[in-house]
Amino acid sequence: MTGVVASDLVFGAHIPEGYIPLALQDPDPFALFDKDKQMVILNERPWNMEAQAHLLDDAVTPNKYMFIRNNGLVPEDVNPTTWSLQIDGESVSRPKKYSLQDLKSRFAQHTYQLTLECGGNGRSEFNPPAKGNQWTVGAVSCAEWTGVRLRDVLEDVGIRDNAVYVGYHAADLHLSRDPEKEPISRGVPIDKALQPETLLAFAMNGKEIPLVHGYPLRLVAGGWPASASGKWINRLQIRDKVHDGAKMGGSSYRVPCNPVAPGTKVPDADMCIIESMPVKSLITYPKSGAMLPLGNPLAIRGHAWAGELAVKQVEYSLDFGASWNGCTLEKPANRLAWQRFSARIPFSKKGYYEIWCRATDSQGKSQPMLLPGWNPKGYLNNACHRIAVKLV
Amino acid sequence: MPNSRKNYGKWARKLYRAVIVICVLCIIAGIVLLYRFGDEKGEYGLKDLDGIEKKGDRRTIVSDSLNGFVDAPGMQETTVHCTTCHSARLVTQNRMTREGWLATIRWMQETQNLWDLGDQEPIILDYLSTYYAPEEKGRRGPLKSIEWYSLSE
Repeated sequence: MTGVVASDLVFGAHIPEGYIPLALQDPDPFALFDKDKQMVILNERPWNMEAQAHLLDDAVTPNKYMFIRNNGLVPEDVNPTTWSLQIDGESVSRPKKYSLQDLKSRFAQHTYQLTLECGGNGRSEFNPPAKGNQWTVGAVSCAEWTGVRLRDVLEDVGIRDNAVYVGYHAADLHLSRDPEKEPISRGVPIDKALQPETLLAFAMNGKEIPLVHGYPLRLVAGGWPASASGKWINRLQIRDKVHDGAKMGGSSYRVPCNPVAPGTKVPDADMCIIESMPVKSLITYPKSGAMLPLGNPLAIRGHAWAGELAVKQVEYSLDFGASWNGCTLEKPANRLAWQRFSARIPFSKKGYYEIWCRATDSQGKSQPMLLPGWNPKGYLNNACHRIAVKLV
Repeated sequence: MPNSRKNYGKWARKLYRAVIVICVLCIIAGIVLLYRFGDEKGEYGLKDLDGIEKKGDRRTIVSDSLNGFVDAPGMQETTVHCTTCHSARLVTQNRMTREGWLATIRWMQETQNLWDLGDQEPIILDYLSTYYAPEEKGRRGPLKSIEWYSLSE
């Protein structure tokens, strides 16, 4: 494909292998984004697509099962040779600009497996319903990201002591196609920016980042709402206050600072930005709906994660939470990566069962069995995952 | 050929515009025809929403094949105003009260470049709050839509 069209396009010679100009894109989103047909489309404009629990069984999520979350339109003109990252803002004395090549050649490269979960994952369960894409369980991934540490680059730029927040700006287009508007411009507080695992990434799972996931440069801040990990970034603002870009205020990626009753109208001043995501787990095998003969135990497995924290325990219940049994839990590949759990479940009677799974983080907080605190946009649903099985 | 991509882009935009205009005209023509000749009393209670596609009702065919909106009075206005920037799915997957839909419209007008809906606003609000109204779900429902299969280890 690239060979055929490249000669007709400006900068055709620079088009990376596998990149298809949007104007020529196949209307089939699965082919367009190289996704498995079992992925579920929530929205075509902007593109939003989620996995199902059983698709997330790999230890490292391959692209084909990685959820897509967009606030705007995927950029149409991405040229890696002219791409640059400008770093400026109130807390930078001398703004600096880096080409992709500068970043790759001047700083040490690091690779981490990082859990990225959409803040609104699980939104579909909230009552009263919360506005937005109605994610069920599949807006989470743990891919392997390679890039340079943001802190190394910030050190090279030289930031002032008064730095509070890093805000990103990116090349995606607002849905209205108004070039003056940004679809989303979020970021992370300076402490999160300086963590060793916070990357300016240019590779995912050993290859260039797929276009829809942020090619050619993505900020990756594992364990936080994935919207903090800006895609297609071309500018970072080092702010002396909390960043005030698009989707930083109102009810976007914010929850009531104090708990509210379901359906409450919450003033903007009483909303707080979501930081670390809460403890959560997903049963990735078997797929819900398994019918199996009574006899051998059933082997289940899945992943558990806890935002900034580690998971210290995962349990399952067959009796709707009346009793819990421990699962085997592995250590994460690195901090901020999800952790594999497994168990062998013996059944003594035929019938319908629900397997419920509950993870506990390193500070002792567990997943709730019912929906957690209602909030206007339906974020942070970490209620325990459930699958149905029948012993026949 | 440095300008060919630009020209292609322009050409593509023109084409898209033409396609959009044709689609809107088709919707309007379809609605006029259905109102003339279709069953006038197509009533959809809230509980019918899930099964609406299975009904094979003539009135659902036009809308469902095009964008997924429930075909009822107000659909045309909603389609015209609400799908210029985003897909119909962003609307149809949501459930809100009239107040909630109005707040969403105001938010889009304040921050997302949505225009004044004029005298079509109440029509759109009536439509959305009737066919995309919240249903009581409780704190957590039973597992639904389980696809049973035989698991052999």
